[in-house]
Amino acid sequence: MKYRIVAACAAASLAATALLTGCGSSDDGGEGPAASGPVSLTYWAWAPGLDKVADLWNKGEGKKAGIKVTVKKQASGDDLVTKIITAAKAHKAPDLVQAEYQALPTLVSNDVLADISEEAGDVEGQFAEGVWQQATVGSAALYALPQDSGPLMFYYRKDLFEKYGLSVPTTWDEFAETARALKRKAPDKDLTTFSSNDSGLFAGLAQQAGAKWWTTVDDKWKVAIDDPATRKVASFWGGLVKEGAIDNQPMYTPAWNKALNTGKQIAWVSAVWAPGTLTTAAPDTAGKWAMAPLPQWTAGANVTGSWGGSSTAVTNDSQHKEAAAAFAKWLNTDPAALAALVKESGIYPAATAAQTGGALAKPPAYFANQPDFYTEAAKIAKGTAPAAWGPNVNVAYSSFKDNFAKAAKNRSDFAPALTAMQDATLADLKKQGFGVSE
Amino acid sequence: MTRARRRRPYGVKSAPYVFLIPATVLFLLFFALPIGYAVHLSLRRTEVSGLGLGRGARKEVWAGLANYREALSDSELLHGALRILGYGAIVVPVMLGLALLFALLLDTERLRLRGFTRLAIFLPYAIPGVVAALMWGFLYLPDVSPFYFVLDKAGLPAPDLLDGGPLYAALANIAVWGGTGFNMIVIYTSLRAIPGEIFEAARLDGCSQLQIALRIKIPMVAPSLVLTFFFSIIATLQVFNEPTTLKPLTNSLSTTWSPLMKVYQDAFVNNDIYAAAAQAVIIAAVTLALSFGFLRAANSRTKQEGSR
Repeated sequence: MKYRIVAACAAASLAATALLTGCGSSDDGGEGPAASGPVSLTYWAWAPGLDKVADLWNKGEGKKAGIKVTVKKQASGDDLVTKIITAAKAHKAPDLVQAEYQALPTLVSNDVLADISEEAGDVEGQFAEGVWQQATVGSAALYALPQDSGPLMFYYRKDLFEKYGLSVPTTWDEFAETARALKRKAPDKDLTTFSSNDSGLFAGLAQQAGAKWWTTVDDKWKVAIDDPATRKVASFWGGLVKEGAIDNQPMYTPAWNKALNTGKQIAWVSAVWAPGTLTTAAPDTAGKWAMAPLPQWTAGANVTGSWGGSSTAVTNDSQHKEAAAAFAKWLNTDPAALAALVKESGIYPAATAAQTGGALAKPPAYFANQPDFYTEAAKIAKGTAPAAWGPNVNVAYSSFKDNFAKAAKNRSDFAPALTAMQDATLADLKKQGFGVSE
Repeated sequence: MTRARRRRPYGVKSAPYVFLIPATVLFLLFFALPIGYAVHLSLRRTEVSGLGLGRGARKEVWAGLANYREALSDSELLHGALRILGYGAIVVPVMLGLALLFALLLDTERLRLRGFTRLAIFLPYAIPGVVAALMWGFLYLPDVSPFYFVLDKAGLPAPDLLDGGPLYAALANIAVWGGTGFNMIVIYTSLRAIPGEIFEAARLDGCSQLQIALRIKIPMVAPSLVLTFFFSIIATLQVFNEPTTLKPLTNSLSTTWSPLMKVYQDAFVNNDIYAAAAQAVIIAAVTLALSFGFLRAANSRTKQEGSR
């Protein structure tokens, strides 16, 4: 029996060895000689079709400059941040990485990203100020080039709004009234849901209200998640959930898809990339939706927050920072590259010049009924409020998920959940030793 | 010749050690070393200075037992442990009870379609845990589930399976569905190994089928019941797939619902591998203590019975 166990262990270990070497041998990019000859760069990214855009570079500009970029497809979001940090610890990080804006301070704090202000700082004027400032993490350095942005907007079922005699809300007060009016007319329908499973939307809504969750004061971090602006947003949504005016179930579930597809939920506060999500979630209702600006806190204003959006960063491990920065610059400012990004990856470019015309002259197929979709979107995007991220957004986000899920489930006050989120974020900063200003 | 004779015992003596070398080396490299590294990590932490931005702002320092103190005083970890205790209290008895029942039924003489039935009960075990959890999650969501559709048409009240107490039953159901078949096969195999004469003798003495099952079969498969119980405890302590897969579907499952989910959360979302390492070591120690404690208790009982 014992022998058999040893044999099994040995076999398992052998298999593991084979796997390890298998993984190791494929990871050979990015460490070529720094001297002459063609430079080979690796790029970890998750946007679909990015390899095709890189091909465009490899056949054109890149060929001339002798720089070849290989895209290695990654999972998006939190997983990639951890993976990059781990790779950087082993000094094996790729040359280029796609990073969400809110992850930038975490990556900088882990010394993963290189300062490319010298190589690429000259393109500042091509981006909106709020977006650029996220890429600099509020410092003199430049840690990434903005790739896409996700300004928040209001999506609604045009046909059902007409059927129930609802008008498109322009302020949050009207939004609440619309939700209540719908409940009166059709008690089994909901205007929308408050979802606790995507912290990014809540962060964007707080930005719109003027929240700056992380700021720096004299070499210290100041956390203001539980600030008046965010409290206003939290109590607004908490109130709607409490009185039953909107649903409290999470987004991105089969049930949510069905609710959108069958008209059980007739609106969605989302970002500019929503058409893509709606195409898969609610395929039967294509052409029945319309997009409008996000409801405002002050009537007549034009402020929005952002949900999602990512950037292209160069790592400290790269042996060819200049070449990597040149590619990042081309990818995010060159008209041909941006057109390819829009077409192949379906992103909404951060470069302002590319937000109208060209590939975005026509509306997304799902919104064929709204020909001025991207013209409107560009107007909305101009009012994007700046975001303020800190080095432990991940902790704040997971705290949001747990605490707001509880509050939404119980249809109770959201204020304690917000306080818990603030406390967890602050405690984590202190635990890690960051300078914290109370 | 004498020389050769003298050398042979020496060679024979060292042979086992030579044969052991590859296994030992692999054991050390892929088992002992990673565990040692995890323990090492659990005794360290990061120290950030100032804003923590830029070069050299973050370094790894010795933390002593701070991570352990924190993990043990963390109410979330304890609550997670209590939650899986509740979950295990449903899963283990139900799963093993069903497995034993099915095994005994399969072992009765007058049974048709034995092979097919055995395969049908075993089949769910072949379905990956994540796929099973996704499938059941779909069936638990009132808006898309055919069960709820039927309940609704029949005018019956529909329970919310993804909240409160029913949530435990819903999670346990996935584990029972997936695990019963495997445990049944283990028990059934040892049932088949019982010599036929025993049953013959029992029948001659006027034993009914039920009495045979209760008085002969169950006591004789006790060792495999111990084994399946042992496996089930370990699986329960390590539950991760099902709650993680169901989490996005409901507000009632937190990101730290089970202890292993908390380890994952700390290591891969909150980026604190040191705290996660300490928690992992604690969970491993508890698992080891519980499972070997149980095995010892079971063994000493068998020995006592044997000496009687």
